[in-house]
Amino acid sequence: MPDKVRVRITVNGTRHDLLVEPRTLLADLLRNDLALAGTHLGCEQGVCGACTVIVDDTATRSCLVFAAQLDGSSVRTVESLAAADGTLHPIQRAFTQEHGLQCGFCTPGMLMGACELLERVPEPDREDVEEALGGNLCRCTGYQNIVRSVRTAGRIMADEQSEVRA
Amino acid sequence: MKPAPFEYAAPRELDEALDLLAEHGDEARVLAGGQSLVRMMNARQVSPAVVIDINRVPGLDTLGLFGDNGSSTLRLGATVRQRTSELSGEVAAYAPLLAEAGAQVAHAPVRARGTVVGSVAFADPSAELPTALLALDGLVKVRSRAAERTVAADDFFTGPFRTSLAPDEMVVAVDVPAAPGRTGSAFVELTRRHGDLPVCGAAAVVGVGDDGRVSHVRVALCGADERPIRVPAVEAAVLGADGPAAFTEAAAVAADGTNPIPSCHGSADFRRHLARVLTARALRTAFARAASPKETTDA
Repeated sequence: MPDKVRVRITVNGTRHDLLVEPRTLLADLLRNDLALAGTHLGCEQGVCGACTVIVDDTATRSCLVFAAQLDGSSVRTVESLAAADGTLHPIQRAFTQEHGLQCGFCTPGMLMGACELLERVPEPDREDVEEALGGNLCRCTGYQNIVRSVRTAGRIMADEQSEVRA
Repeated sequence: MKPAPFEYAAPRELDEALDLLAEHGDEARVLAGGQSLVRMMNARQVSPAVVIDINRVPGLDTLGLFGDNGSSTLRLGATVRQRTSELSGEVAAYAPLLAEAGAQVAHAPVRARGTVVGSVAFADPSAELPTALLALDGLVKVRSRAAERTVAADDFFTGPFRTSLAPDEMVVAVDVPAAPGRTGSAFVELTRRHGDLPVCGAAAVVGVGDDGRVSHVRVALCGADERPIRVPAVEAAVLGADGPAAFTEAAAVAADGTNPIPSCHGSADFRRHLARVLTARALRTAFARAASPKETTDA
C-alpha cells in the first residue's frame, strides 16, 4: 500500500491533522473520517453537484479533489450553516420558506453553491443563480423554487445586515 | 467507485516534477485541476501508479503578456484555472476567443479548479479549449527533464485524447499570439444541455484589412473529427471576402473530408451538418466583431 499523506485541514473552523490514503476523496474524508455526512455523494464524477462544498472560499466538487491536495486548506460543509443552537442559516430558512427542496438529496450542494454565490454577489439576479447552480442537478423541484430560494436568501441576509447596522 | 491506490507526490520545484515523470513515465499522471483525471480515476478508466500534483510548483500559475521578437504573446501556465482565464482582463483584451470558449466549458465550480492547460493536454476531441487554441495559432510549451520544446497547436493534437507528448513530458504553458488590430473572433457550439461537452463547436478568428476585406482567417472545429481540426478549405474560401454573404457559401465545405466520431449525442451526418452551420455562424460573428469591436451577437 502506498504511504499515507499528512493533511492539515480546517473543516468548519476545526483544525485536523490527519494521515490519509492518497486516493481518499475529500467527500469521503468528510463523510467517513470526520463523520460529516451532510455532504452527499451522487455521481462521483462531477456531474450532479450534490457533493459541492466550499474550499478556500470557492465552491468545489468534493468528489473530484483528493484530500491529499488540501494540506493547508480550509473547507466549509453544509454543517457549517446552522448555528450551534440549531438556528437555521438564512439560506436554509429561505429554502424552507420557498419550498426549495423535496427529497433533500441535492440540497447540501445547492446550499453550499448558494452560500458561495451570496458571498460574491449579495443580491443575485436570476442569471447569477443559474450560472452558479447550473451544474447542480435536482430531480424533484423543477428548479424554479430553488432559484427563488437563493434570491430570497439574499434579501433576508441584506435585511438582517441593515437591521444590525440600524 | 473509488480510485485504485496510488503514490501521491506534490513537488515544490518543476525539476522535481520532471524527475518524477522521467522516473515513472506512463505509469504517472500529472494532476493540475483534476476535473477530468479524478473523474476517470474514480471510474477506474485510468489507474496511475503515481500522481504528480503540480499545484505547489511555483511559477506555473503565470498569466500575462510578454514580448517575444517584437510581437506580444499571452502566456497561460499549467495551473491557471479556467475560471481565472475566463475572467482575466488580459485574456479578454488579447485573446477574447479563449475567454468566450472557456465560459462554455462545464460549470463554474468545475472551471474554478480545472485548468486551461489541463484541457489542452487531455485533448478531448469535443472540448472547447483545444479548439480555441488551434484557431488562435497557439503554441504548446513542453518540458521534460532532458529537453524543452515548443509545439504548434496544429501538431500537438494527434487523435482522440492523444497528443504528441512523450511519457516523460508535460505541458508547462500555452502561448497565444496577441490579436492584432481589427481582428474579431467567435466560439459557437451546440450542446445537449447547458454545460455539457458540445456535440460540435466552431471557433473563428477573422482579421479585416483597410479595404474591408478578410485579410487573415483561422477556423477550427471540435466534435467534427477524431481530434480538434482546422479547416483550411474554409479559410481559403473566406480569404478576401468582403461581407457575410460569402461565409455561408464558404462554410458549405467545412465538413468535407472530416471523420466525425458518431455517438448517442450526434451521428456523423448530424455532426457534419453542425460543422457547416456553426462555421458559418462563427465566421459571421467574428467578422462583425472585427468590423465593430463592440458587436457581441450573431450577425
